[in-house]
Order: sequence, then structure tokens, then C-alpha cells
Amino acid sequence: MSMQSALDMDMIHVKDIVKSYGRLPVLNDVSWRVKPGQFWGIIGPNGSGKTTLLNLISGVEKPDQGEIVLGGKPLASYRRKELSRKLAVLQQDGLPPVPFLVREVIEMGRFPFQDWRGKESDENAVKLLHEIMEKLELKELEDRPLSMLSGGQRQRAALGKVMAQQPEIVLLDEPTTYLDIRYQMHFMELVSSWQREEGLTVVAVMHDLNLASLFCDRLLVLQEGKIAAEGTPDEILSSETMEAVFEVKTHIVSHPDVGAPQLLLKTEKRLSINERG
Amino acid sequence: MSKKLAGYGAIGLILLGVTLLICIGFGSVSLPLGEILRILLHRLPWIGQLVTKDWDVASEQIIMQVRLPRVLLGLLVGAALAIAGAAFQGVLRNPLADPFTLGVSSGSAVGAATLIFFGWQFSLIGVFSLPVVAFLTGMVTLWVVMWLARENGKIPIEGLILSGVVMQSFLGAIVSFLTAMSNKTVNEILYWTMGSLSLRGWSYTTILFPYLVLGALFLWSQARSLNLLALGERHAAHSGLHVERTKLWVLLVATLLTAAAVSVSGVIGFVGLVVPHMLRLIVGPDYRLIIPLSALGGGIFMMWSDLAARSLLAPTEIPLGIVTAFVGAPFFAYLLYRKKKQREAEMS
Repeated sequence: MSMQSALDMDMIHVKDIVKSYGRLPVLNDVSWRVKPGQFWGIIGPNGSGKTTLLNLISGVEKPDQGEIVLGGKPLASYRRKELSRKLAVLQQDGLPPVPFLVREVIEMGRFPFQDWRGKESDENAVKLLHEIMEKLELKELEDRPLSMLSGGQRQRAALGKVMAQQPEIVLLDEPTTYLDIRYQMHFMELVSSWQREEGLTVVAVMHDLNLASLFCDRLLVLQEGKIAAEGTPDEILSSETMEAVFEVKTHIVSHPDVGAPQLLLKTEKRLSINERG
Repeated sequence: MSKKLAGYGAIGLILLGVTLLICIGFGSVSLPLGEILRILLHRLPWIGQLVTKDWDVASEQIIMQVRLPRVLLGLLVGAALAIAGAAFQGVLRNPLADPFTLGVSSGSAVGAATLIFFGWQFSLIGVFSLPVVAFLTGMVTLWVVMWLARENGKIPIEGLILSGVVMQSFLGAIVSFLTAMSNKTVNEILYWTMGSLSLRGWSYTTILFPYLVLGALFLWSQARSLNLLALGERHAAHSGLHVERTKLWVLLVATLLTAAAVSVSGVIGFVGLVVPHMLRLIVGPDYRLIIPLSALGGGIFMMWSDLAARSLLAPTEIPLGIVTAFVGAPFFAYLLYRKKKQREAEMS
């Protein structure tokens, strides 16, 4: 394979996917290509099929029709451990408060690299785990059980476990839902720097459109199980698209530092200060 | 991890050895520990020749024909039930699961008692008949219990225990009925419903041994998978675990261990509940430690229970299952209470 065709290859290729639960259609004829190293955000109203699309790509659900190809190989032909070396998932609900220690949980990320006796295939694994804990500032928490951590710390441990998996593709399902605003930002910065260092392909279902605009370089908009739009945040985050997809009226302003589009919500209600002014 | 296992394992082995000697020594004829040790060493290859034979033949007879087979059988039964309990808890992610509370023990007892009632215990496939049939009826029971408990694809903790108890009383009634119809003594009924290790001889120990070794090794090899499952099935799948396949195999093997234990000793409850739980308090949640240490802990627990069963009211024997229930049922209640407290804390 020449250098050029390697770059042209899709990391994720979603081909004509149809998926329904019983008689309820969720995704209808969705096709989508993700290039290596891209950071995609999937946005759309509730029930538009975002999480289902993510579940199909991660292989926990099977499409009714169509096919998904990861790195040139059909998803269905991956072995379970092989898939986990290629692709990792960070769930919305994070890790449960179990009594396992932080470093034990992060080490569990190495499961797809271990044989049936638990023997590690990579001799640098210990060093890798160390570096991950340094990077995520989990060093001082490593001997604490998960059940004694706060939600934000647990989500960081979950990220550490995903990092230990050394994947090429990372899927994030609304990863900041249960975090406060400081941890939301901190968490996205961590993911973003990891993505840049390793050249990862990231697909994140995002609720917060402003965060999506800051961190994603592409956005996919789903509406009623179909792709409504795809493009850069500048192309997607317009007052017209937001009104058409989310049925809200917005002002779009440019972020003073980085220039990314940010949403301000229009409201009927006037604040008293404006009335006076 | 392996250092921890070696440390705890060494402590466990020492406790096991001491328990073994005490339990062999105790009985209607009391034997000095030194003599037991010498008689046992004499039986070992190489070391045996270094020990001079200076004891009564009767002592050797008592040890080799009566006490040792019984104590060793207790060790194996306890180990099998404790490992099965740990495996059930891991795969169902339910701290109250155990071969007894899930009804699997009673299911196996029905199979075994039916065979014996009709005198078929060696007719179908020789010595394997009893464990294999007990395994099949145990498996069917487990399937029914899980089917009864399932709600929207999930198995809630209380639902599982409730259906386990229902099945257990129904199947227990069948066993009692069979034994009542069989014109045998009351002891026989007690044996199946309450468990016993008395007058079993070496043949039973040899039936159980291969099942225990293979089952324990398999479940130990699944320890990392059980650890992953503790994070939830979704997390485990994303980390590269074949969740459904793993669950199926672990449930099958744990049921097989239970069935093998029940077919030699009847229904002895709560061992699989108490032992893994105590170990969790001491060594933490890691199944790589819990599974092998459950074998030691279960063996120790069972040998002491059997010692209590045969010595507290000697010469009358208390059925073994009564002794374990005296310890286990209050423990079960405590776990239930703690679970409730935990939920209340989460709500507030």
C-alpha cells in the first residue's frame, strides 16, 4: 500500500446502515467516513440515533442492514480482543464504585493484550501504565479504591483504563455528562492532548455544543435517524442549522481566543438590567 | 499480585495443615498429634522410609480407614462449594449468590436422590452417573431460577434470591418425599437435605477429586474475566471480553462443581456465601486471589464445621448442613441488611 492510499483510507467507514428496535426505526440509511486522526463530534437532538450509531461502531449492537469497516477490515470479522486493541469506548456513566484500586482498574485496560494466563504481550506495559497515571495526575490516587473517588476522579480513572488499551480509535459517549464545568473542561483537554500526541481518531457524542465546537474538528449532525449535515464547526454551527435541527433560536459568536463559533441562546424573557439600559 | 497470593496462600496452607491434624485427632478415640503426623508421613513416598513404625495398628486403621477419608472429603466438598460460590457471585455480580441460595444444590440433590431411589446410581455411565445427572438437574434448576428472576434482560439481586428460595423449597420437598418413600432410615433423609460426611470412605473422595481440580483450575483461569465483569458487562465487553461466552462457561463449571460436591455429601448450605465474603474483607475484590484462597478457606471452614457436627453432641451427630446454616444464615441476613443500608445511603 502506497503512502498516499494509506492516508486516503478510512479509519471508520459506515456503509448504508439501517437499524431499528422492534418497529421503531432509529437509524435510516446512514453512510459516513472518518479519516485517521480526525476528531469528530456527533450532535443532534435526543432520540436522533447518536448513541445507537456509537454502539454499532463499537460492535455491542449489530446493524439490521449495511456494514461498518474499521481500518479496511469489516467490523464483523474482528475477534473480540483484536477489536479492543483497535477501538476503545468511554461510556457516559463512567466506572461503577467498585472496591478495586485505581491502578488495578487501569491495568484491566491491558486485558486485550494478555493471553489466557494473564501474561502481557508488551514488555513496556508497566512503564506505559506509569506514564498514564502521571499524565492523568492519578499517581497519588493509585492505591485508593474506586469506591472512594469522586465522579470526576472516577471518570479520569476510566480514561486511564481506555488509554492503557492503546487503541487507534476512541469512542466517547457524552463523556462529560456527570462532571461539573471545571472537570468537563479538564477532561476534554486531557482527551484532546492524548489525541494529538498519538494521532488518534476520536468520535464523541456531545451534548454541549460549545464544548464540541472547541474540541472537535468535524461535526456530524443527526436528526431523526438521518444525517442532517456534516462539516467543520464553522460550517455547522449556524443559526439556521441550529433552528432547523434543535428548534432553538441562537446567536452565534466567535470565541475571542480561538475563533471557534459559540452559541448564545436567545430568550423571550428580558433581563431587568437590559430594560433599564 | 503473585507475592500477595504466595503470602496469603502460605498462611492458608498452614491453617489447613493444623486444621487437618486437629480434625483427624479428635474423635471417640483421641489420637496424639505427633502420632498422626508420623503415620501420615509414613505414607508419603521417600520421606516415608525415614519414619520408624512405632504405633498401634489400630491407630493406623482408624486414621487411614475412618478419619482421614472423612476429613479429606470435607476439605474437597468445602473447597468445591466455596469456589462455586465465588464464581456465581462474580458472574452474576451478586454478593448473595451461592450454590445453596440459587437452588443449584437442591437441584443437584433431586437428580442424585432420584438415581439412588431407583437404584440406578452406577447403571447409566458407571461411577460418573451420579455427578453427571446431578449436574444436569442442577443446570436445569439454575436456568429456571434465572428465567424466573429476569426482568427486562436484567436479573435483580432480590428477584434472584427469591426465585432461588422458591425452587429450593420445592426441590427440597421432592428430595424429602423420595427419601420418605424409600423405606430407609431417617438418617438417609437428613443426609440428603442437611448434608453429611459420615461413613463415606475413600471412593467418594476419588469421585470428587478430579472435578474439583479441573473446575478450580478453569475458574481460576477466568479470574481476570470476573474482575472485568465487576465493572459491568458493557465495560467488560469494551475491554475485550466475550461476555456471554464467559458467563455461560463460568456458570456451567460452577454448577458442575456444586453437583459433584452434592452427589457425595448432600446439600450443605452457605459455605459458598460465607467463605468468599470473608476473603473479600481480608484480601480485597481480586478474583485471582479469591478463587484459589476460597479453595483453602472452604476446606478449612468445612473441616471445622464437620468437627463441630460430630463432636458437639457426641456420640450423636448433628447434620452438617445444620452447623453451616447456624453460621451462614445469620451471615446472609447481615449481608442483606448491609445491602439495604448501602442503598439508603445512596438515596440520601
